[in-house]
Amino acid sequence: MPILTIREAVSQALWEEMERDPNVIIMGEEVGVWGGTYAVTKGFYDHFGAERVRDTPIAEGVIVGAAVGAAMNGLRPVAEIMTINFAFLALDQIVNHAAKIRSMFGGQFKCPLVVRTTSGGGKQLGATHSQTPDVIFAHFPGLKVVAPATPADAKGLLKASIRTDDPVLFIEHSTLYQERGEVPEDKDFVLPIGKSDVKRRGKDVTLVTYSKMLQITLQAVQQLAAEGIEAEVIDLRTLRPLDMEPVYESFKKTNRAVIVEEGWRSYGVGAEVAARLYEECFDYLDAPIQRVAQKEVPLPYSAELEKSAIPNPNEVVKAVKAVM
Amino acid sequence: MPEIVPMPKLGFDMAEGKLVRKVKQEGEAVQKGDILAEIETDKATVEVESSVSGVVKGWLVEEGQPVPVGASMAVVGAPDEVVDLNVYRAGSGGAAPASAPVAEARSVATGTPVTAAASTAPSAPPVTQPSVTREAGIPAAAAPSGHAPASPIARRIADEAGIDIHLVAGTGPGGRITKKDVEAYLRTPPAPALPRPPAAVPGVTAPEDQIVPLTRLRQIIARRMTESKQTVPQFYVTTEIDMAAAMDLRKQINALLPDERKASVNDLVVKAAALALRQFPNVNASFAGDKVIRKGRVNVGIAVAVEGGLLTVVVKDTDQKPIAQIAAEAKAMIARARAGKVQGADIEGSTFSVSNLGMYDAENFIAIINPPEAAILATGAVREIPVVKDGALAPGLRLKVTCSADHRVTDGAEVAQFLQAVKKNLEEPLRLLV
Repeated sequence: MPILTIREAVSQALWEEMERDPNVIIMGEEVGVWGGTYAVTKGFYDHFGAERVRDTPIAEGVIVGAAVGAAMNGLRPVAEIMTINFAFLALDQIVNHAAKIRSMFGGQFKCPLVVRTTSGGGKQLGATHSQTPDVIFAHFPGLKVVAPATPADAKGLLKASIRTDDPVLFIEHSTLYQERGEVPEDKDFVLPIGKSDVKRRGKDVTLVTYSKMLQITLQAVQQLAAEGIEAEVIDLRTLRPLDMEPVYESFKKTNRAVIVEEGWRSYGVGAEVAARLYEECFDYLDAPIQRVAQKEVPLPYSAELEKSAIPNPNEVVKAVKAVM
Repeated sequence: MPEIVPMPKLGFDMAEGKLVRKVKQEGEAVQKGDILAEIETDKATVEVESSVSGVVKGWLVEEGQPVPVGASMAVVGAPDEVVDLNVYRAGSGGAAPASAPVAEARSVATGTPVTAAASTAPSAPPVTQPSVTREAGIPAAAAPSGHAPASPIARRIADEAGIDIHLVAGTGPGGRITKKDVEAYLRTPPAPALPRPPAAVPGVTAPEDQIVPLTRLRQIIARRMTESKQTVPQFYVTTEIDMAAAMDLRKQINALLPDERKASVNDLVVKAAALALRQFPNVNASFAGDKVIRKGRVNVGIAVAVEGGLLTVVVKDTDQKPIAQIAAEAKAMIARARAGKVQGADIEGSTFSVSNLGMYDAENFIAIINPPEAAILATGAVREIPVVKDGALAPGLRLKVTCSADHRVTDGAEVAQFLQAVKKNLEEPLRLLV
């Protein structure tokens, strides 16, 4: 199997889907002539033409608003919002239009739209450009929220997102584009949206995470293994719909869980996963569930302060020891 | 606010420790970082530091008393602060002192009331009582309300087994009863009735038997070695190694090194084994139910005889370290072990062990595997013996080693080849230096 970066995997998924279906179009800031802020759509403009790869004004409301209209009228647009921080400017178009059209029109219209965006901190971009507000979008029924952590998952889930008839917010992590991994060449390699994935088997504790924090968690797991603690690691991959089955199954075996997320703790992924574990697996609980999350401050610009605010492997190790 | 000093958790599987000595007495001032107490765990005697400055308001447990991890041992407060120790005593985790009235417990097997074992055996000091005793129903973390903090899974397992959760000693944070505690309780067989003393034979005066209570170290050795022999299918492979070149090399190396870094024969064997383990990952492994865990690091443990038992000190990443460093680390750790001052890191994380009785002139012996490791190497003395060389008798320096290995993980052929690698490393000892 070829080894690709996440950047290449995302690019390949877009390319293959545009080749397969002439209704798939791309729109966003700098996606055309320039080739994309993260170079994901490099070469697309020359190959597919200005009709299907459209540069837009710097106006997120316009990008998503126009994409919603295009989706309602038969196209399958992939709209790119440079970072999720700018998606707030298109919040109405995403959560009030895209997410609700199908149900409010009784199924007469559908909205097969993908909004691609990047999330996460760690690049010293300051408090307003480094956030991880993924859960805000996962709060809204009607919208699917996908956030892969590996090249294969990125490709398979982006292709699935383009093919589904529902709107999808597809969150790539801004520091994971160089992450490498095996990616199937099959042009119909599509992964199901809403399926969590066990990334490592273990018997002592269940670690639940997604996106960039999968890397951090797997680093912590190495340290833990050296001390004889075998952790099971589950990558949620999709925040909505949230697939808890593998988490329940694992927790019934380990009786202990730690949830690791890059965003803030309050009202976060950890809160949701922990609450569902308490509801569904109370009789299997052997220790209070721990959450590892970002410190509750606007993310500092200073490199050291930023580093100390974002979860690291040591914090994960500490949280695991607290439940052992 | 007064600070509680809890029994620290000094290792992944530590459930309780014993308060050996109160270094600071009630009323004495302490600075943050001062030594408050000495505690004894299954593995070592360790000093406990104060995390705050203030005055020791009081001790909640007695010297010699076993205390569950996380349970309160002492209270430290501001000099003028008034502290009611009774408030803290209620939550302290130590077993009831011998003078306290002993609660009656319902016998699990018969449902009839029986007197707790402690009261029928007044001669047994409380120190030697195991924390989990099926008949002795002293709740280790007896809050006044009788409420035992227990995890839901612990309650469920106890319910299903039909036992009263209050009989189980909690070792989790704050004395919480966890799944592990209930499982340990269920594994402990009910205490047998005390045997009757034999009738005296008139006219014969024989020397009396001596009853020696088990120290914690002896208890742990007894448990682990029994577990190893009963659950691990062990097999044994012996080989003989020509040590002439290695002894010569050792002499040369030691001429260059200061005393604290001089290498022993055992250090050479440890290094030779570590390099061989890198080649045979199955020997550097653990059996884990449905799989084998091949350890990433090669951490060789060295068995050290200490008063009343033995400990294994661990040279981490043994395969990567030069002999002088292995020698220096091993010397320092062995000295600490013999002084009873071993540190947690000294005795954790071994992936394979070496046990050496060469200094007592043992020719060869068989060691019991130290679980969860998959193998152990027993080495005798380097002996000057007649050997046949090119058809003629000649003096030779030979060492016999025996490897005990877990047959669930590895097989005879593999262990024999592992020993060939150890032998090669020692017979061509420059391999130990490159």
